[in-house]
Parts: sequence; structure tokens; C-alpha cells
Amino acid sequence: MRRVWSGQAVFMGWASLVALGVAAPFVVYPVFAMNVLVMALFASALNLLLGYAGLLSFGHAAFLGSAAYVTGLAAKTWGFGVLLSMATGVAVAAALGLVFGLLALRRSGIYFAMITLGLAQVVYFLVVQMPWTGGEDGLQGIPRGKLLGFLDLGDSFAMYFFTYAVFLAAFWLIQRTIDSPFGQVLRAIRENEPRAISLGYDVQRYKLLAFVLSAALAGLAGSLKAIAMQFATLGDVAWQRSGEVVLMTLLGGMGTVLGPSVGVLLVVTMENYLASLGSWVTVITGAVFVVMVMAFRRGVVGEIQALLSRRS
Amino acid sequence: MIQALSGQLLLGLINGSFYALLSLGLAIIFGLLDVVNFAHGAQYMLGAFLAWMGLQYLGIGYWWALLLSPLVVGATGLVVERVFLRRLQGLDNLYGLLLTFGLALVIEGLFHHAFGNSGSPYPVPELLRGGFDLGFMYLPKYRAWVVVVSLGISLGSWFVIEKTPIGAYLRAGTENPRLLQAFGVNVPVMFMLTYGFGVALAGFAGVMAAPIYQVTPMMGSSLIMVVFAVVVIGGMGSILGSIVTGIGVGLVEGFTKFLWPEAANVVVFVLMAVVLLVRPAGLFGRQK
Repeated sequence: MRRVWSGQAVFMGWASLVALGVAAPFVVYPVFAMNVLVMALFASALNLLLGYAGLLSFGHAAFLGSAAYVTGLAAKTWGFGVLLSMATGVAVAAALGLVFGLLALRRSGIYFAMITLGLAQVVYFLVVQMPWTGGEDGLQGIPRGKLLGFLDLGDSFAMYFFTYAVFLAAFWLIQRTIDSPFGQVLRAIRENEPRAISLGYDVQRYKLLAFVLSAALAGLAGSLKAIAMQFATLGDVAWQRSGEVVLMTLLGGMGTVLGPSVGVLLVVTMENYLASLGSWVTVITGAVFVVMVMAFRRGVVGEIQALLSRRS
Repeated sequence: MIQALSGQLLLGLINGSFYALLSLGLAIIFGLLDVVNFAHGAQYMLGAFLAWMGLQYLGIGYWWALLLSPLVVGATGLVVERVFLRRLQGLDNLYGLLLTFGLALVIEGLFHHAFGNSGSPYPVPELLRGGFDLGFMYLPKYRAWVVVVSLGISLGSWFVIEKTPIGAYLRAGTENPRLLQAFGVNVPVMFMLTYGFGVALAGFAGVMAAPIYQVTPMMGSSLIMVVFAVVVIGGMGSILGSIVTGIGVGLVEGFTKFLWPEAANVVVFVLMAVVLLVRPAGLFGRQK
């Protein structure tokens, strides 16, 4: 495979990403910026699975939502600190990912998607039934607390930069994973599974590991969301959320590092400015889905990359 | 006790009839076109809404709606196949799923915009009002009608597909469409008609459901989740399998509602997980 980006370009990319992130809260509302970051992390986690391992999970909201609820419970009821609450949320999401993975990876392709969807529905109904989740109202008033005991996250700017730091760290981890030998094996499985098997790779283990990693990262996004937004709602575990994140990833370009984040930025911005249109947002979202699938399957970033590599 | 149990089982049987009709359509479409029709729930809702709108605005009664509504829904299916799905052939079949998911959002969003969240009741047709007293329980006529007709349509479809020349073409197309085309069968048209038929079944189920459930824009999206689970449990291997699994899952759900109501929403998905552990290909599926 030919490398499109040189080392210098990668450095420039990171530099501009950091600069953009630092400038963002001074240009737009910090809450809006945090929402974008959290969803970008969520979509990047999905992309690790969808774009690089070729597995379409239609149940990723289960990881986002369960981590958000558990983090909220830990911070609010158990009185855990910020980092410990988030770690608890991530651990639950990862454990859930292991269960989902063990079951869903018994089938592939379309069935895999439907099984993840079904299992996510179980999580949804469990959240609805459990007494501590607040049912339809969701979990409200999650405290932000103090990071490491002294940095007060009650301030929007402090909270934003904490969110941004976690995002960058996770984003770096995802990028490293993709570039690692592990990521190469995942791509090999996506391209030609029988060949990967015949080369001696334990394909199921690789897929399972990728699934758990993706679930944990989605959980990290959920934990961060719970702390940043101070609530967890049923919307975060509902299947619509799972569909939405697939759309965002597809829109930005699955299998590209920046694609999911670009897709999230576009969709969240659109939803923010079109919120007054009510149910038209659903119609527009669906129409975007249709147009992307019909005409721009590589997504925004994917199309730009294709254009650049054709020119050079 | 007996009354409560048989009441829940009847409810389960009715839900099961709808699962059977819907999973049958999904299985036929998937078998030939290799597309998981995520819009199936929206098309079911469309069927119900067309019946309701026909009665509301044009005075078209239940019986005509039962005929016309599936035809209209099927016709929209033909257009969807011709305009969208045909162009996705040969690509990864995930794109078909994503496309139909987008279409479902568009259809549901439009109806949500036009009619809001609340449900509209649809009257039971005159001929089917009232019911039978079976001694241990009361059986409303309309519910008996739903079960009988759904089973009839399902078994009829099974018969056509397994025992007639048209069905033989369909099965041949499922096995190897290119070879079938080489024999002079117009496979693209067959694909279009098959999708139209599967979708019309969903529309038919929608009309049947209108007098039982409230007609709402989101009535299909919660149902389709369960139907997907039914499809995983049964496996897409056989037509008869999807009918049997649909009814069976409905009954299991009804029974659970009697024993432990809180678990009724989840039991289907738990069943799905158990089946996956024991028989990954589904109860009636073939492991490839």
C-alpha cells in the first residue's frame, strides 16, 4: 500500500489539530465544542472497527450509553473522583464489548450488524428497567468534581481542555493502533479473511481484540460525555444513536484517520443550526445517508484523499 | 389464571403473525437481492398510514385498503429498487443496509413531521366486530382473522416459492443469478418484482395491524428490531423457517409476559444470544 501522507504532513496535521482545538472554545460555545469532541471520539472508536476491521457494529450506543450511566452513578452516588468514575465506566463498556464480541463474532457481515443491534436493545431495556438510571428522565446532575483533587472542572474552560486532552490521547492511541502491526493484520483480515487465516493468524482473536478496544474507546467517549454534559439519557443507549454514529463515520470517510471527526463536525453543526426544524432533521439526516451511499461512498475525507493522490 | 395465560398467548400469537409476515418479506428480499431491508419497518408503517389516510380523506374502507395499500407500498418498492438498490449491486452488502436505513429515516421523519408523535386509532371493520366466547377466554373476531389471514398469506407464499415454476426461478436466482440470466430469464426485472413483493407484504402487515395497534409514525421502528432478532434466530435459510420462528417467538414473548412481564421486551434478544451460542447459523439456517 502506498503512503499518501509523508511524515511532515502528519506532523502538520497534528499541529493544526492542536491549534484548532486550543482556539475552539474561544470561537464557539465550550459545550458545543465538547459535544463535537466526545462524538468525534465515539465515531473514531467505531471507525477502528468499521473502517479497519470491516465490521459494521450497529450497537455501539450500548457502550457509549452504559459507560455514561455507570460513570454518572460512580460520580454521583458512590462519590468516586473524576478519573476513577471514568475508569469504571470504561471498564464496564469494555466488559460489555467482550460479551458482545464473543456472541456477535460467531457470524459475520450483515448478521454481525443485526446481532450487535439486538444485543444493544437488551442493554437499552435494562437501562430503562433499572431503578438507578432514572428511566425516561435519565441520570441528572452528575457532578464534575475536581480533577486529581485540585483542578476544578466546574469551569467550562477547564472542562473543555480536560476533554480535549483526553480526546487527543485517545486519538493518538487509535492512530498508533491503526499504524501498528496489529492494525496491519486487521486490514489484512478485512481485505481477505481466508488468506489471513492461511497465513496463520488467529482471526477471531484479532477481531475480538479490535471489538473490545473499540467498545472501550466508545465507553471513554460516554464517560467523558457524562462528566462534561453532567447527564446521561436514554438517547445515548438508543439504537438511533448507533445509526447516527455510523452515518457520521460514513459521511467523513470510513477507514480514514480524520474522517469520523470531520463527519461528526458536519452532522453536529447541522443538527445545532437546524434544531428548530424539528423532525426535518431526521429527514435531512436520512437523505444525507442516501446521498452518501449512492454517490460518495468514500466520504468527505476519503474523496479528498483520492483527489490528492490522483493528482500527485 | 388460565384466562390470563391464554390471553397473553393469544396476544403472542398475533404479534407472532406479524413477525412471520415481516420476516418472510425480509427473508425473500435477502435471499435474492442480498439486501437487509432496514426500511421494512417504515414500509409497514406506510401500509398502515395509507389505510388510515384512505379512510380519513377518501373514505376508502378497510377491505379496499387491504388490497390497495400493499399495492401502493409495493409500487414504491419497485421505484426504490430501480433507482437505488440496483446501483448498489456488486458492492459490499452493508451499503444496501445503510441505504435502506437512510430511507427509513426519511420516510419516518416525513410522517413524523406531518402527523406528530401521537397515535391515530383505526376502526375495526364492521364485519369483524364482536367475538367468540370460547368458555375459558374471549376471542375477538378481528384477532382471529389476523392470525388466520397472516398464516394463510405466509403459507401461500411458501407454497408459491417452493412448489411453482415462478418460485423455481426465484430459488434459482437465489442460488446463482448469473446462470439464471444466461438461461434467458430477465433477472433485473425479477429482482425488482421480488423487492416489490417483499415490501408489499410489509405494507399488507401494516394494514392488518392498523385496527389493533395505534397508527403512529414510529410503529415500525420498534417492531423491526424484534423482526431482525427473529431473522437471526431462524436463520435466513428457509422460508418456512422464518414463518415458524416468527410465530414461535411471538408465543415465547406472550408466555414471558405472563410469567415475568418486565422481561418480555428482552426475551427475544436473549433467545437470540442463546441460539447463537448453540447454533450460530440459526435454527433453520445453513452454515456456509
